[in-house]
Amino acid sequence: MKRVVSWVDQRFPLTSFVKNSLTEYPTPRNLSYWWNFGSLAGVVLVIQIITGIFLAMHYKPDASMAFDSVEHIMREVNYGWLIRYMHTTGATAFFAIIFIHMARTLYYGSYRAPRELMWWTGQLLLLLLMATAFMGYLLPWGQMSYWGAQVITNLFGAVPFLGSELVIWLRGDFVVGDATLTRFFALHYLVPFIIVGAVAIHLVALHSVRSSNPSGISLSDKNNIPFHPYFTVKDLYGLCIFLIVYSYFVFFNPNLFIEADNYIPANPMQTPPHIVPEWYFLPFYAILRSIPDLLGGVIAMGISVMIFAAMPFLDRSKIPGGARYRPFYRGMFYFFVLNVIVLGYVGAKPPEGFLVPLGQVATFFYFATFIILPFGSKIEEKWLRKRGLPAEVEALISCEEFQKSERRQRQADRRKARR
Amino acid sequence: MAVDNSSPENPKRRDFLTTATTAVAGAGVTAACWPFVNSMNPAGDVMAKATTIASLKGIRPGEVKTVEWQGKPVFLFHREEKQIATMEGLGEGKDPEEDGERVKNPDWLVVVGICTHLGCVPARKKAGWFCPCHGSAYDNSGRILTGPAPRNLDVPEYEFVGTDQIIIGKTQA
Repeated sequence: MKRVVSWVDQRFPLTSFVKNSLTEYPTPRNLSYWWNFGSLAGVVLVIQIITGIFLAMHYKPDASMAFDSVEHIMREVNYGWLIRYMHTTGATAFFAIIFIHMARTLYYGSYRAPRELMWWTGQLLLLLLMATAFMGYLLPWGQMSYWGAQVITNLFGAVPFLGSELVIWLRGDFVVGDATLTRFFALHYLVPFIIVGAVAIHLVALHSVRSSNPSGISLSDKNNIPFHPYFTVKDLYGLCIFLIVYSYFVFFNPNLFIEADNYIPANPMQTPPHIVPEWYFLPFYAILRSIPDLLGGVIAMGISVMIFAAMPFLDRSKIPGGARYRPFYRGMFYFFVLNVIVLGYVGAKPPEGFLVPLGQVATFFYFATFIILPFGSKIEEKWLRKRGLPAEVEALISCEEFQKSERRQRQADRRKARR
Repeated sequence: MAVDNSSPENPKRRDFLTTATTAVAGAGVTAACWPFVNSMNPAGDVMAKATTIASLKGIRPGEVKTVEWQGKPVFLFHREEKQIATMEGLGEGKDPEEDGERVKNPDWLVVVGICTHLGCVPARKKAGWFCPCHGSAYDNSGRILTGPAPRNLDVPEYEFVGTDQIIIGKTQA
């Protein structure tokens, strides 16, 4: 075996790659379990691709056959029910993991310099994931699938001038129909592989800047430990816990995440009384509905997804790291999470009664948190410095400053040596 | 700074633990693959078509009717006395077989109408069948006479239901 490996090593950087990125890759020793969710997302991506491919062996992307082919998978295909439920539960699991992963990044300030590109590749991944999930949801061709797609593709009609043509072009028909279904299937199969590529870029960025850590401050090299065996084992352990929870839903409660109306074949002549997207779209759906104007609502929803990208610029505090040493930022974070949950609740219910103003207030606060941040962070920094930073923060800041100046000196020396 | 996993200070317990965990994990992964592999096997509704009921009514002596079973053609041959008589013995081809072994009722020959060479459907001739693809010739018991086919025409599982119906194929026991 060793000889095979060394034969490969002479022609391909196999061992050095594995050493650099895995076995000897330096990782901060103080990473908490909140850091498990990145690798967990990678595992769920693999689960979705594998179950998806096996489903595609039996699924028929034709409006007259799609619904029945899903029931065929559930009832006739050996273990078809298992593969299907793994795929639907996996979609929910994927979003739950990604939202926690994003929350971790926001709380600990892992989006800040020099990790902006990680955050932005992550933003791209979120968009690709949302597109994939949206298209995937049409495929069973149930009532909720059909009408959800009808409503959301209608939103593109809000674009000025080109709107109505754009919607027809998108659908391939005047309404969501067979043409829409077939192309959504093709794209739903394709985009996950684009996601795989984007994940690779995300990981290359990660390996350039290395993981942040719960203190939010760069640690000196001696505070790193090799990724293997410490974090391979920790990731494996976290994976086992995840699989237990995942298996509970797959085997004992798979229909919790499937709308009952989706077991009714799509009927273009009749809309169900109550259209709801999947839970992971609810907050954005609530924001969309809160703005009475069609184009305004679409723009607000678009910004609500994209605004995360602005975080590295909105957070202007010079206090390094995230919420741990910044009480104002921490308060804003918890408030934001609570607000998103409220929005999710509003999105799940029909827009009646007190829910309408509640949704509008929650939408206002959603954007307000981002707008306040540039000012609040600066004020907070002044206040914290006046009060005096805790000793360990001062020590970490001075350590970081020292490392920065060291790095600058080394770069200057290298430049001199090159001349 | 790398952890030396094979240092002599590490007790053997750890190696046992690592090996045992890896083995169990490996078994788990293998087991997890089975549903996916099995999902590619014929589904329930395909297996339900594993049997076909064919009527023998109306097939005159000397006549052959072709029915479909599992997507394949099956020849139902109502043999005449003299045709049965000439089929005595092991046959003249490369796959000797008693005619009596190939039929349940000598009046009826039930064989899968697919040439055992490369899968074409042989054409009916006076004294048997002839495959147009590569020239294999079969006798009135479906036995190979000349040509590249290696085996006699396959006899499927079948049962008589009364005197004028057969059920071809085997239901799962």
